[in-house]
Amino acid sequence: MLKTINLKKVYPNGEEALKGINLEIPNGQVVTLIGPSGAGKSTFIRTINRLVEPTSGKVYFANEKNDITSLNKSKLRKIRRQIGMIFQEFALVERLSVMENVLSGRLGYVGFWNSFFRKFPQKDIEEAFRLLQRIGLEHMLDKRADELSGGQRQRVGIARALIQNPMLLLVDEPTASLDPKNSRQIMRLICELCKERNLAAIINIHDVFLAQNFAERIIGLKAGEIVYDGKPSGLSETILTKIYGEEDWSKTVAN
Amino acid sequence: MNDKKVIWKRKPLIKNRLLRIGLILLISTYLLSVFLTTEIDWQRILEGIPRGKNFIFAFFPPDFITRSDEILAGIFESLWMTIVATIVGILISIPVSLGAAKNIAPKFVYFLSRGVITLSRSFQEVILAIFFVKLMGFGPFAGMVTLSLSTIGFFAKLLSEDIEDINKSQAEAIKSTGSSWFQWVNYGVQPQVMPRFIGLSLYRLDINFRESAVIGIVGGGGIGSTLNTAFDRYEFETAAAVLIVIISIVMIVEYTSSHLRKLIK
Repeated sequence: MLKTINLKKVYPNGEEALKGINLEIPNGQVVTLIGPSGAGKSTFIRTINRLVEPTSGKVYFANEKNDITSLNKSKLRKIRRQIGMIFQEFALVERLSVMENVLSGRLGYVGFWNSFFRKFPQKDIEEAFRLLQRIGLEHMLDKRADELSGGQRQRVGIARALIQNPMLLLVDEPTASLDPKNSRQIMRLICELCKERNLAAIINIHDVFLAQNFAERIIGLKAGEIVYDGKPSGLSETILTKIYGEEDWSKTVAN
Repeated sequence: MNDKKVIWKRKPLIKNRLLRIGLILLISTYLLSVFLTTEIDWQRILEGIPRGKNFIFAFFPPDFITRSDEILAGIFESLWMTIVATIVGILISIPVSLGAAKNIAPKFVYFLSRGVITLSRSFQEVILAIFFVKLMGFGPFAGMVTLSLSTIGFFAKLLSEDIEDINKSQAEAIKSTGSSWFQWVNYGVQPQVMPRFIGLSLYRLDINFRESAVIGIVGGGGIGSTLNTAFDRYEFETAAAVLIVIISIVMIVEYTSSHLRKLIK
């Protein structure tokens, strides 16, 4: 479904964030991406939908011929519609209402003036309402996003990504600003929804415990390179040391 | 106990002691010499006082009646000028401010827009007004054009700074949905700068009204022209009336705009 070939990113300051990532993700697979800060996790998921332009390499999406890195602007926008994104610290537009935030996931499908006057197709509005019901926020639809709590905001962020009706979710540190309970609930929600819709997802996450518990496959990234790719159960002390460096990992892998 | 005293002193701004003392000496010598060489002609100040007294007495009682038609016409002209210039100026400022925001515009557009802003800011309203009055003749139209142009420099500069300060991830999230550029501006940028936009609009309305009185004096029409005419005719009572009218309108506009700005969050 998604395949990257020798994907590289060098920032203008000379920093090599990605040193040639080769990765293949089949339909409907939920993958967590772990690694220390600065390992290139955020850069990696952003090079897939080209919020960050990769320096070289290829990204095949949906089929072997569809290389995202070579698309022109309007084709890129069409591809972005099929890739939902969920962000660290939610990235909701704070001064817009919950409903507007969810509907903004449909922007790729409506014309400018319709979106300007907030005239979305009836089926989009119904779908937005269904999604808000699914995440338990249907009574909040006219609240401004900055009035919600952290957990609620991230749920709206998830609804915004899902209303795009995507084939792939890119998730960047979804639990970074949430408490442990909300973190688990959000991870569970994302994984459930992926299963329901047979969605593939790449989830960047700091918390090794959450990564192990919610994904079927873990990828360890260190300094722009993949150093582990396998089952959550395969994460041993040696491998965690390889990813993060020396530390007492015995408690982490105990389960 | 340790009986050695711990000594701490705030570090001076300029580390080099010689440079520090030298600068202080230089600045104080300059200020002293300026003060000593300023010629204050007490004689002339004393002579001026009774003249000023006559002048102020000539203002009383302010006469609203005799020239009431002209005063009213002046007010309406000024208000028209202010409102039209503010709207036109802001409409032009919107694309310019987008262009002058580093995080949005490509380099070429950025420098072009910054150029427009600098050009607009480098001429004071009165100078622009003199120019446009020569170009288009006396009257409020020249005043309106003047105020529109100077609105751009003010509005686009301050708004573009606010656009540069937006939360990047909110805008990035909108881009990731596959939105077009205009949708991205409308959903990802505009909501974030809206409070500033409204605040600046009201503030500029307030400034434009005050400026409209000034540029009237150089021929830009409006209440300023009425004031100028009154002085030319030595009708100080009418001039006083016009001044009172200007002051009260400025106060009303300022009070309402600052009150409205407080309401927006």
